Amino acid sequence: MSAVPREVAVVATSQTNAYRLFNDSEPKLIMRCVNDLLEQTGLERDALEFTIAGSCDYLSGMPFAFVMNIDGVGAWPPVYESHVEMDGAWALFEAWLRLQLGDIDVAVVIGSGKSSPGRPREVFPLQTDPYVMAPLGMDPVSLAGIQARALLDAGKAAERDFAEVVARSRRDARQNPHAQLATESTVDELLAAPYFSAPLRMHDLPPVSDGAAAVVIAAGDRARELTDRPAWIRDMDHRIESHHPGLRDLTRSVSTELAAERVALADGPIDVAELMVNYSPEELILRDALGLSNGTAVNPSGGPLAGHPVMATGLVRVIEVAERVRSGSASRGVAHASSGPCLQQNLLCVLEEGG
Amino acid sequence: MARRCAVVGIGQTDYRRQLDVTLDGLVRWAALDALEDAGMSFTDIDAIVIGKAPDALEAVMMPELSLADALGAVGKPIHRVHTAGSVGASTAITGATLVESGRYDRVLVVCYEKQSEGNATWALSGGRSGGQGAGGTFAPWIRSYISRSGAPEHIGWKIAVKDRQNALKNPHAHLRIEDISIEKVKESPMLWDPLHFLESCPSSDGAAAVVLGSEDVARRGPRPPAWVIAHAKRTEFSSFPGRDTVRPVAGVDCAEALYAKAGVTDPLRQIDCAELYVPFSWYEPMWLEGHLITPEAEGWKLTDAGDTELSGSFPVNPSGGVLSSNPIGASGLIRCLEAANQVRGTAGDYQVDGAKVALGHAYGGAAQYFAMWIVSAELEPDFG
Repeated sequence: MSAVPREVAVVATSQTNAYRLFNDSEPKLIMRCVNDLLEQTGLERDALEFTIAGSCDYLSGMPFAFVMNIDGVGAWPPVYESHVEMDGAWALFEAWLRLQLGDIDVAVVIGSGKSSPGRPREVFPLQTDPYVMAPLGMDPVSLAGIQARALLDAGKAAERDFAEVVARSRRDARQNPHAQLATESTVDELLAAPYFSAPLRMHDLPPVSDGAAAVVIAAGDRARELTDRPAWIRDMDHRIESHHPGLRDLTRSVSTELAAERVALADGPIDVAELMVNYSPEELILRDALGLSNGTAVNPSGGPLAGHPVMATGLVRVIEVAERVRSGSASRGVAHASSGPCLQQNLLCVLEEGG
Repeated sequence: MARRCAVVGIGQTDYRRQLDVTLDGLVRWAALDALEDAGMSFTDIDAIVIGKAPDALEAVMMPELSLADALGAVGKPIHRVHTAGSVGASTAITGATLVESGRYDRVLVVCYEKQSEGNATWALSGGRSGGQGAGGTFAPWIRSYISRSGAPEHIGWKIAVKDRQNALKNPHAHLRIEDISIEKVKESPMLWDPLHFLESCPSSDGAAAVVLGSEDVARRGPRPPAWVIAHAKRTEFSSFPGRDTVRPVAGVDCAEALYAKAGVTDPLRQIDCAELYVPFSWYEPMWLEGHLITPEAEGWKLTDAGDTELSGSFPVNPSGGVLSSNPIGASGLIRCLEAANQVRGTAGDYQVDGAKVALGHAYGGAAQYFAMWIVSAELEPDFG
């Protein structure tokens, strides 16, 4: 493995609100973002040399649902594009590597999902019930509860720590125009709420959201032409762990630690970290894995606890960091995305100003 | 600027129904086969790319999560591609991109489908019971091709026979119909006029894998490398007024981009053989024409003259093709790896004599997704 040869930057970003129910189609969400990006950059559609999207058939309850999504991107005349059945953050990973080949300079990356039509707690067990096992209906909330319990049992956290993550995230979300949940609560008020999936309370869970996000990335001088303030992708990496929770130390995120080492996260100060904290205890695990200090602002957008458009949630983290770098409020930041139960798979993207 | 990439290992399962093998077992079978071929083990691999058609085919959501252990991916990157029927070739191309980017030196690409675990026609009908399936979508376009090209009706039967005869030479093939004949094909039940049962692909189980390596890795490997000299992808909308569904513009554009990148100016002469995604017999001439290998209305003449047979001047699907084995998500990767088998000289009984340059191809959706690569025995083939 080696460093990549080309500098690539995020030059424009767009995200829809996180909606509890967006009463229209997923392509419409995507189209809003793509049109917004074209307007921001002044690019014509045919200047987008490569398009790659992340979405999930199962959320739409329909095989080949992603085929419809190209209606929101535009594919006539025919386009050069691809699709990952993963969060848009992984689409960004592929696009970033694709630009390294040197023959194209501009790509658009999309993540989109509508969770509202289904019941996530019934859909997601299909990740954990491969047919070789008995169908246990093991859903992500229950698994997050097991992970939270492991943290408590190991003495690494108290329930008050979970509530503090929630109180801070939803308070910060009040500054985020795209947030779905932005509330002011004290930690004591939160701790007075009943358990939902002990030791998790309802507020420890993300909302059910619909939404989309997209970015334009460009290489080298093309990035500088498209914006005065590119957010340079210094490095990206992602790693997976075993699917079997029993084979893992659930109080750590070893894959995040590996990725952090690979992207040399510790080599400089981290002004901002946007972490895909779907369940509040995950923030504690991720802070630890990333070695974050008190000097790092964590999830100033409110994070997924304030809005969780599945399959876009990770890409939104990249956008939140990129926009802070672009505005000058941060000079170096890290975005994190996750997939699978109990933070099974984790991606990091380091963004920096200058250069 | 891009680094070079080669196929350095090839692995395939048997493509018959695999009721005694789990999904984990299936992908691991192909992966281990490819690693052995490359003289590697899982520890040598930097990153894994996995592809398959819709998750709904086996009802396992985001299967890269549950297959990570079986694929030796723990502690590594695993990336999941899904581009409909073209996914196998798209996944190969993503894997090649990871190597060409300079980031990874050894990438394991695995694709699979286990149709015995689900109902593909249900899934291919967008999850609606009683839907038309893929054959129902393509049959009218095939009829349109026949009327435009003036092709005689026996062309489809001939391809169905040729590919099944080739499959008899391929130990991985699903269908082995020893007594296949024109008579047998045309007397098989009509499924979607003009497609008879024996002009259609089977429902197969199976996984396929390749190890892709950088130039350094390729030169040190135990096998002759199959150099990836070009790849291309194009997509268009599934439906709009005026769309040419017989000869989609995305397919033409994709071929043009591919040949330009490879330096190919006369594909019929400069490419030695092709593995084309032909799930229904008539797609052989449709793609020969739609990908600029022959002029329009000439593709069926190549077939009719026997030129696409194993011993012909431009063999198409020497492995037996999708008509003989269709583990959907893997079918595109099988086309790509069989092209590599040909240029490495490792295709066994279905080896095309002297093949040095081969085309691997897949399409998907409503004939709207295209993904192709050209592999060569030479890093810089001379097309003179």
